[in-house]
Amino acid sequence: MPKVTYIEFNGTEHIVEVDKGLSIMEGAVQNNIQGIDADCGGSCACATCHVYVDDDWIDKLPEQSDAEKDMLDFAFETKASSRLSCQIFVDENLNGVVVSLPEKQG
Amino acid sequence: MIKTDAVIIGAGPVGLFAVFELGILGLNAHVVDNLDKAGGQCIELYPDKPIYDIPALPICTGESLTKNLLEQIKPFKTTFHLNQRVDSITKKDKHWIVETSDKTVFETPNIIIAGGVGSFEPRKPPIKGIERFEQHNLFYSVKNKKNFDNQKVCIFGGGDSALDWVIELSKTAKKIFLVHRRDEFRAAQHTVNQMMKLKDEAKIELYTNYQPKNFAGEAKIEKVIIENNKKEIKELEVDSVLAFFGLKMELGPIVNWGLNLDNKTIIVNTENFETNEKGIFAVGDICTYPGKLKLILCGFHEAALAAQECFKRAKPDEKYIFRFTTSSSDIHKRLGIK
Repeated sequence: MPKVTYIEFNGTEHIVEVDKGLSIMEGAVQNNIQGIDADCGGSCACATCHVYVDDDWIDKLPEQSDAEKDMLDFAFETKASSRLSCQIFVDENLNGVVVSLPEKQG
Repeated sequence: MIKTDAVIIGAGPVGLFAVFELGILGLNAHVVDNLDKAGGQCIELYPDKPIYDIPALPICTGESLTKNLLEQIKPFKTTFHLNQRVDSITKKDKHWIVETSDKTVFETPNIIIAGGVGSFEPRKPPIKGIERFEQHNLFYSVKNKKNFDNQKVCIFGGGDSALDWVIELSKTAKKIFLVHRRDEFRAAQHTVNQMMKLKDEAKIELYTNYQPKNFAGEAKIEKVIIENNKKEIKELEVDSVLAFFGLKMELGPIVNWGLNLDNKTIIVNTENFETNEKGIFAVGDICTYPGKLKLILCGFHEAALAAQECFKRAKPDEKYIFRFTTSSSDIHKRLGIK
């Protein structure tokens, strides 16, 4: 099963196995990782599952949809590496992906 | 002071259906919501997204569901108290006193909290200590556009709110700066075109790929410091700032009401969805119990059961009789069916 590393804002690291087909957001929620709120439940409608993707992984991710870009306008302190984790689905190619969580989700 | 059988906090789908369930039992309700319209997340977050799991509706949208629920509760002529949030509740004998941010006060035996993930509040720029400016010249909405006459106004955002106000205020303000984090805008295309025309005519200054870095000033914001993707910094002298970063949801004052909580949700029993306080119920996404699913259809069930207990509390001297809408003449009368 692919492994995903979540790094909390305070530096705490969580390496968890996430089922293929789940989103990075769902992986965090299922494993009780604090810092991803996912208020809208994954419909790309709230920007509260914002993460910063590790530089080595940015290019390996599927491109952002217009809807994701629009929602990222609402996220707290976006950077070039900002993504909404409900829009990134885990597969073998993403085994080992590293994401950092922002200070807060809004 | 408004006396009512129930105060419903939250005008989302479950709050609206609670009005119906109370209404057919002959109970009136007042609904409070912090948004400017009914519908909750369905209207604010995903009005156009399809919903496939409402019983007997193979497909609907957040908007159409809200519209139909409002139609369904029309016979009860419910009063909505919008743009306000319930700030405090206090006990008075067997009743509750409910007060909103607009100082509307209710006395009621029943409070139904149908607050979803919380009330919608404006998102703020990611700058520490900006609360001190909020009483002076930092705003998240326009209450009176005359306040910006002849001012240098910095507007943040790329959606319809931001661009509509750029266009409107450009007529009366001394100067408008528009700052947005990327080159593309979410606003409607014709609004974007209008804004671009103003920019080409040098009626506004546009800064794309810039984000707020700091607001300088003591009591008031005097300078807005923005930074772009290349770490270049610009300083803009301003009289006021309008930030349109959308809305977020916050549980807010609910956490202070002495209710048993579990990770941002309110613990209820599954018999009548009452909380640990008599007469306070929680339904929909905001409640939790073993097996809880955050589905609109589950919220409808919860509202129906909570309404039965509300009846007993609102009309302790009347006998409760369970009736079907198909056959009850009392219900038909309440629904205005002749």
